[in-house]
Amino acid sequence: MNYLNLFIVAIRSLFKNKVRTFLTMLGIIIGVASVIAMLAIGQGSRDSIERQIQEMGSNVIMIFPGASYRGGVASAAGTAVSLEMDDVNAIRDECPSVKYISPVARASAQVIAGANNWNTQIYGIYPEYFDIRSLKVENGELFNDADARRGTKVCLLGKTVVDNLFGEDVDPVGMKIRIRNVPFRVIGVVQPKGQSGMGSDQDDVIYAPFNTVQRRLRGATTKIQQIYISAISEEYSSKAQEEIDQLLRQRKHVAQNDDPPYRIRTQQEILRMLTSTSQTMIVLLASIAGISLIVGGIGIMNIMLVSVTERTREIGLRMAVGARGRDILRQFLLEAVLLSLLGGLMGIALGIFSSRMFVSLLNWPVTVTSYSVFLAFLFSTIVGVFFGWYPARKAARLIPMDALRYE
Amino acid sequence: MEKKKIISVHGITKVFDMGAVKVHALRGVDLDIYEGEFTAIMGPSGSGKSTFMNILGCLDLPTSGDYFLDGVDVRTLTRDQLAHLRNRKIGFVFQTFNLLARTSALENVELPLFYNREIRKKERLERAMESLKMVGLERWADHLPNQLSGGQQQRVAIARALVNNPVIMLADEPTGNLDTRTSFEVMEIFQNLNNRGITIGLVTHEADISKFAYRNVIFRDGRIHQEIAVKNRKIATDELAKLPAEDDFIEEQEVL
Repeated sequence: MNYLNLFIVAIRSLFKNKVRTFLTMLGIIIGVASVIAMLAIGQGSRDSIERQIQEMGSNVIMIFPGASYRGGVASAAGTAVSLEMDDVNAIRDECPSVKYISPVARASAQVIAGANNWNTQIYGIYPEYFDIRSLKVENGELFNDADARRGTKVCLLGKTVVDNLFGEDVDPVGMKIRIRNVPFRVIGVVQPKGQSGMGSDQDDVIYAPFNTVQRRLRGATTKIQQIYISAISEEYSSKAQEEIDQLLRQRKHVAQNDDPPYRIRTQQEILRMLTSTSQTMIVLLASIAGISLIVGGIGIMNIMLVSVTERTREIGLRMAVGARGRDILRQFLLEAVLLSLLGGLMGIALGIFSSRMFVSLLNWPVTVTSYSVFLAFLFSTIVGVFFGWYPARKAARLIPMDALRYE
Repeated sequence: MEKKKIISVHGITKVFDMGAVKVHALRGVDLDIYEGEFTAIMGPSGSGKSTFMNILGCLDLPTSGDYFLDGVDVRTLTRDQLAHLRNRKIGFVFQTFNLLARTSALENVELPLFYNREIRKKERLERAMESLKMVGLERWADHLPNQLSGGQQQRVAIARALVNNPVIMLADEPTGNLDTRTSFEVMEIFQNLNNRGITIGLVTHEADISKFAYRNVIFRDGRIHQEIAVKNRKIATDELAKLPAEDDFIEEQEVL
């Protein structure tokens, strides 16, 4: 029997029991749809992490002072060598792959403006920090390098801080605020950035000149908490990391084999760390969905076994007029594959539809990839062949006489 | 000129293993059927005549003994080769018609040709239509089995058995589910086919049906009890004419 005829026979027999066919397919439909939706949710959250890491800035490299870990064992705290402003200048002068560099001094403080007060983070920075993090001044202007060095008492406010200290729709530029009783003049408002990948509000922040924060809010220390660097391009970020590491080893007298008393993290590394978590989630979700696909496959096997039993006489007749075992095998296998394939197609449609619903109703980041659609399609076909095989073989092995006599 | 031997069986036995008991359905049967013959196999139920017919039709294998069909040693064939043999050399007609439900008469007739890869669609349709014409059902080609009367269904089944130009047509109680008039109509078709040279083997337990054949083989307890040449062979066309006029014609009109 040629394939066109087999196809017609299979389609006809599926249409003969529409309700049963649909219910059987439902298992596959749900399985495939959940695989697609789960992969879409996983991929979506991954994309959104990636986007948020990108929003951190361009080709960001961060240096943290302090002991690093090796094999889970921390070096003694006293071994930590602090980073100083000289190190920043040295990196700026001697590392060709570094484009921007800014030390960061962070303090948490109570901020007062008139009758309102608010607790927030104050970042002491050099103007280049805005280039590194792709921050923009929405209103007013940024202080310059001289201000950062001198320790001028000016600041720029994030949107959340403005809202809490002055109320919405108020332009705070030119107004005075007090940070831990030190008066600051507001010279600008920073363009809102929204939530970070970790869920914190990136607009709940005040930016002030680096030395102002070091001296006034951190007890006149010279130790630097963190250094933000931007490599000249993404390809150069690991080269920059290497250059910085070599320079700092030399300056801090750290042997090549020893753990340095600082950590250098590139944006790519942070991205990798975060996405590996979401990767685990994707695998978990997809395997649960995959199990439902297998359950759907068992449903197909069940119905195909019923179908073989029901149509035993038909099988007997076909054999009596010359069908070989393999003709019967093909007929039932094709039926099972069609069943799962049709279910697969409907499942893909349902999966894409429900992914859209996640986006529009729950505002979840969801991305349907062609790869997941292909995977679901492939799997539903494999399920059809796998679970259709046994019933089809059972049919093919019948003895014509027994099949014809079957009541 | 000597006639060709279509079927030649020697010492055929068939034992059904029913677990506790072994049922000896055939206890050694020898029979030859020559080209163009019309043989009726008779006997009471349980005499092994249906089992014998199934073995002749290659639907079942004998426990022992030799079976040559058109010169082919059936006992040496694989399952696939048996399927091929059924497809090319045998036309089988069942008591219960065994038509595919929800499938048109024409497609039911086409069925054996679907399993013959050498035949293309055009030829398949032509031959199926030709077969339907031979049983007088060309106008019912598009009808589904449940739209046909029992006699018409059996005629479709005969057309299906004819479509592959078999060397022998075998029928297992073809009139068992039919009334007298339709039985005679079916026998008329068999006689017409036989007149065209088609070899026919037929199982029946009705004595009047066996009178349409040339030769009667009577089974008893798994053996051939008696073989007789039919005297006063009946002609179905004449018998039909003798039947009181009935409304069978009107019935067909309704179906149409």
